[in-house]
Amino acid sequence: MTETTSSVAPPYPTAAEKLKFYGLWVGAAVVLLLLPKLFSSGGSLTTFSLIGISIIFSLSYNILLGQTGMLSFGHAVYYGLGGFLVIHAINIIGANKLPIPLPLVPLIGGLTGLLFAVLLGWVSTQRSGTAFAMISLGVAELVASSALILRTFFGGEAGISANRTKVFRLFDWSFGPQIQIYYLVAAWTLIAVIAMYALTRTPLGRMCNAVRDNPERVQFVGYDPHVVRYLAFCFSGFFAGIAGALAAINFEIANSAYLGAVQSGTVLFATYIGGVGFFIGPIVGAIFVTILSLGLSDLTQVWQLYFGLIFIAVVLFAPGGITGLLMMHRPLLKAGTFGRVLPSYLIAFVPTLAMLIGLILAAEIIVYYAVHSGDDTHIKAFGVPFDAANRYVWAMAAILLVGGYWVARKTWTFVGHAWDDATSVAREKGIAA
Amino acid sequence: MLELIVMSTLNGVLYGMLLFLMASGLTVIFSMLGVLNFAHASFYMLGAFFGFQISRWFGFWPALLIAPLLAGALGAAVERYGLRRVHKNGHVAELLFTFGLAFAIEEVVQIIWGKSPVDFRVPSLLDFPAFTIFSTNYPAYKMFMLLVSIVIFVALLITLKKTRIGLIVQAALTHPHMVGHLGHNVGRIFMLVFGVGTALAAVAGVIAGPALVTQANMAGLLGPILFVVVVVGGLGSLPGAFAASLLIGLVQTFAVSMNGSLSGAFGPLSPNYAATWLADIWNVTIAQIAPIMPYLLLVLILIFRPMGLLGTRDT
Repeated sequence: MTETTSSVAPPYPTAAEKLKFYGLWVGAAVVLLLLPKLFSSGGSLTTFSLIGISIIFSLSYNILLGQTGMLSFGHAVYYGLGGFLVIHAINIIGANKLPIPLPLVPLIGGLTGLLFAVLLGWVSTQRSGTAFAMISLGVAELVASSALILRTFFGGEAGISANRTKVFRLFDWSFGPQIQIYYLVAAWTLIAVIAMYALTRTPLGRMCNAVRDNPERVQFVGYDPHVVRYLAFCFSGFFAGIAGALAAINFEIANSAYLGAVQSGTVLFATYIGGVGFFIGPIVGAIFVTILSLGLSDLTQVWQLYFGLIFIAVVLFAPGGITGLLMMHRPLLKAGTFGRVLPSYLIAFVPTLAMLIGLILAAEIIVYYAVHSGDDTHIKAFGVPFDAANRYVWAMAAILLVGGYWVARKTWTFVGHAWDDATSVAREKGIAA
Repeated sequence: MLELIVMSTLNGVLYGMLLFLMASGLTVIFSMLGVLNFAHASFYMLGAFFGFQISRWFGFWPALLIAPLLAGALGAAVERYGLRRVHKNGHVAELLFTFGLAFAIEEVVQIIWGKSPVDFRVPSLLDFPAFTIFSTNYPAYKMFMLLVSIVIFVALLITLKKTRIGLIVQAALTHPHMVGHLGHNVGRIFMLVFGVGTALAAVAGVIAGPALVTQANMAGLLGPILFVVVVVGGLGSLPGAFAASLLIGLVQTFAVSMNGSLSGAFGPLSPNYAATWLADIWNVTIAQIAPIMPYLLLVLILIFRPMGLLGTRDT
């Protein structure tokens, strides 16, 4: 028993490790500073701002889902309320000429999120698991429906708007141009990411993980899982409020869609697709999903369907998300056996791609006949024009889909063998998978 | 006043029975597989749209039979090829899978049938007033809906309580491993239950489609209320789901027909703050807050009786 109860602290990080750790944050800051120099168009600045907001929101969501194991279907409540309060705050600050500069305004959103998480969280976090998921959904519906009833405060369907340039100015920053908003969002993103990372390293962050993994044991140790869940919920609400505030500042409007089920679903998609098991997962997911939703909508009409299918595919085949998939390869890279699986990937890639192309082709043809039948049959999807009425295209789609699936199944078992082979070699070398 | 009470009770019981048609499947699936099927309302929607399409081709009566069978087969396939695969990744993954499925089903329905409501009509055989009370005609179709849901309710009760298959299902609810050890194919029972549960939801869809609006957002509107029903009734409790269905059905129908508001009740007081943004709360009528009644009920239940009305277990 002496080994398990010994309280030897982990060794202090060496200077090189420290340098690597702090260098990472400094590097991130430098990248955020330089991004607008590389991509200076207005569109890309807006995209970056949206990604930053999405990163904060997804990370705040992961405090619940990834770190404390609470699946919430109503996280947008705190995001949306933060946004609404900030719009009202900007209007009040502008009207009364209060000396509060815009860079501090997101804090108001954060505190709003915190306040409502404190109010609603105690009831919501009494139970975890499925019950919590359903409660969060009910609370979200309650708030979203109430927002439509309280028209004066929430502005009904149209929402309420504000003018961010009317706020007290510090150093003559007007926050009119998008570049200034980008830097505001970037600064807050960096602060929030660092704060949330630090949170995972605190005793509270560790207890959250313990509550996720084994709440019963946490009770035996002397903690109340309900209180731990509640605290995590409050922190999560705070950061969601900041994200909502930044979104409200960015768009200068808040409407009921901020609070709605779509917003809650989007953050869930982003976080899960990115991967809930690692801190960086939601960041990857936020970038991926934001770019995907902006990019896919130009390429195809039914992008939401593909979006849903991607999500289902991730849940079915890669429960660790994108980061989980990438991190799986770390022991192989360390052991130097990655070269063994790479050829099998290349072999499997071709039929899988063929299957996907067949699937997309079939879907687009079906969409054509369901939605636009009678229009010009020469349609364009993902930038590729083709004739939806052409029997050869149909046959090609069917062959690609069925043939691709058939061959891909065989190659994926091949990948599985190569994978087992590579990991067992890695394990022999003493690197845990 | 009496007219209002009688009509609201009739409509409320009807709505409650419809809710129970769906909630029963959801509850049994939950107690058995441990997963709350987020896509359950989507199968209700699929039932309505399949029913609409089939009734166009072959008429309403074949649709009443074929659409639930189709949806049930689809549900069984979802369990066999989807849920069973994600089962090893835990309950969160299962719930997320059904969530993604609900999203995808809504998209597909939107693509095929469009966003606007489809013209799903009451069959001409039932398109007449059944009886007249207080000078209001009560449509025969609504009585038919009530009849169908009661028949299914009774059939479900008899199947679960009196037949051998119901016995196995009940045993598998609490002791799936023991049932497996006794030589029953638990996987197949799960698939069957999932298929029957989704088929019941589809039946509700087919019979509710002509009376309510058949539209691509009907699952999104009804889904959350369905979850309120199962949570309020107590997760996994079939009698609880029945009580909660009727309760929510009645509460919502009664609320819609009432016009009272704070300003109506305390109008002469007319406090100063009634002119500020609190005016919304001051002036809102009970009919206007009817949509949020189920969620208010949910929050109240969670505060005062977290297990639900008749629930026994904690998760």
